[in-house]
Parts: sequence; C-alpha cells; structure tokens
Amino acid sequence: MRVGVVVFPGSNCDHDTYHVLKHVCGCEARFVWHKDSDLGGLDAVVLPGGFAYGDYLRTGAIARFSPVMKSVVEFARKGRPVIGICNGFQVLQEASLLPGAMLRNRSVKFLSQPVHVRVERTDTPLTAGLRAGSVLTMPIAHGEGNFYLPADELRRLEDEGRVVFRYTTRDGRLDEAANPNGSAAAIAGVCNEARNVVALMPHPERAAEGQLGSSDGRLLFEALTRSLVAA
Amino acid sequence: MRARVYVTLKKSVFDPQGKTIHDALRSMGYSAVADVRQGKFFEVALEGVTPESGRKAVEEIAARVLANPVIESYRVEVE
Repeated sequence: MRVGVVVFPGSNCDHDTYHVLKHVCGCEARFVWHKDSDLGGLDAVVLPGGFAYGDYLRTGAIARFSPVMKSVVEFARKGRPVIGICNGFQVLQEASLLPGAMLRNRSVKFLSQPVHVRVERTDTPLTAGLRAGSVLTMPIAHGEGNFYLPADELRRLEDEGRVVFRYTTRDGRLDEAANPNGSAAAIAGVCNEARNVVALMPHPERAAEGQLGSSDGRLLFEALTRSLVAA
Repeated sequence: MRARVYVTLKKSVFDPQGKTIHDALRSMGYSAVADVRQGKFFEVALEGVTPESGRKAVEEIAARVLANPVIESYRVEVE
C-alpha cells in the first residue's frame, strides 16, 4: 500500500510520519509537495503536523488553498482515507473536510506534553482493530487545539458517533484536569460523516517506537496499514 | 481603494486571549473593565476596482479567507 505525506512549507512532522510509515510499518511512502496535485497511485494521504505557511492568518487557513488540497478534497470524496495529525487536523477543518475549529488553548500556552487519549470508535481506518475504550499515550504539541463546535452541531457529532478520540486520564476516565487545552467534550480526534477522513491533535508519529517513550502511536499507523490491505 | 476588515470571535465563542488581557487589566487596577475581546484588523488596498466591485471582492475575501465562519464574524468598511 502506498501512502502520501503532504508537505506544506512549514510542515515539520512530515519526515517523522514518513519514517514511521516506511521503516516502522513497512508501507510504501512518498512525499507530496503542496504545489503538486497528483495523488495518483496513493491508497491514503496523511497531512502531517507543523505550521503550514507559518499558520500566519489562522492555523491551516492558507494551507487549505494550496493546489494539493483540491486533490485531497477529491480523494476524500472518493472515500479514500485522509488522515490529519495536529496541524493536518487544522488544515482539514479549514478545508471543511472535518467539522469545528481550533481555538487557542484554554491556558493560552503552547503545550508540549504527553497526554492520554481514549479510543472511542473503531470504525475508522485509523482505529480499525483497536479495542474501543483503550487508552493511548502520545504527545501533543500545539497552541491551538481547543476543539470548538457550536452546541447543536456538537450534539449531532456525538449522535453520529464521530468523536474518535477523547482526552482522559491514564485509566480512561474523563476528567477536566486531563483535558489539556479545554476542548469541547474533551475531543482529541474526529472523523467525517463517511468516516474516511480522520484526524487527531496528538502526534502518533512521535510515539511509534519504544525508544521514544511510547509506541502506542504505532497502533494507529498499523491500523491504517491493515485497513488499506483489507480495502 | 482601501477597505478595512474587522474579524472578531463570535459572542458565543470563549476568547482565551481576551480573558487573559482582561484579567491583567483588572490586576493592574482597571476595575471598570468588564470584558475584553481580542480580534484581527486588516487593511486591504485595491487597484482598478469600482466601489461596488471592490466591496464585493473584499466581502468575498473576508468570508473565504480572513474569517473562519465556524468561530468568527467579520465587518467590512470601505473608504
């Protein structure tokens, strides 16, 4: 299976993501420059973390007008897996492929720390085969991760089972103290209606090998690989 | 032609930056300050447009790019 890793000017987790896909999970991976629009031959696309276009206007706001994003939108409409990590999540929100927007963290501080997230849904390409309710430890590194959606739309998101990850304690309990950025309903990751576009704020690529303190993130890349083989 | 675009968080959206500034002002003794909301201000210069087409272009730019309608609202002023 072939996975594309989109590179925007300012992406900084692209190489880590490529490394995990290729060397840890054994996928065929290739970079896709943001000015390219050819996603031919790819089975999935990952929008990695970083600060696309410096996040100057808003996080992801300018990146979403990159030539590659037209192709990513089409790719997603065809039902192919599109994964967003951190800044990639924000770009997907700006592109209206995922709901909501990220406000500044409640503390107004950039947070770089390990967090625990509970897997809420296993019917997405990023979580297939995982145990619902299992807790993964991965780092976050963001200033704007405070997930916001108006109350009525939030209810619909919950009703449709589209909250994929939630910040919890290590043993999987919801606790305001375990919600690092003030996200509504402690949301750390969501998917689209068709469930093929999935994104999360924590960085699985930074927690995919034992030497990095946690290899929980590897489970997500392995899930993606499995779902591509199955597809 | 010049246009000004004011982008502000919607009233229903919590503004952590405004809250921090508000708290600071209160602690500095500005006890009359009841609330602070932070926003963005853009000055857009346009060439070769009529007042109507210029305003239309800036309205479109504000809606598509400068503001995120999920969390922000905007106001356009044209000179």
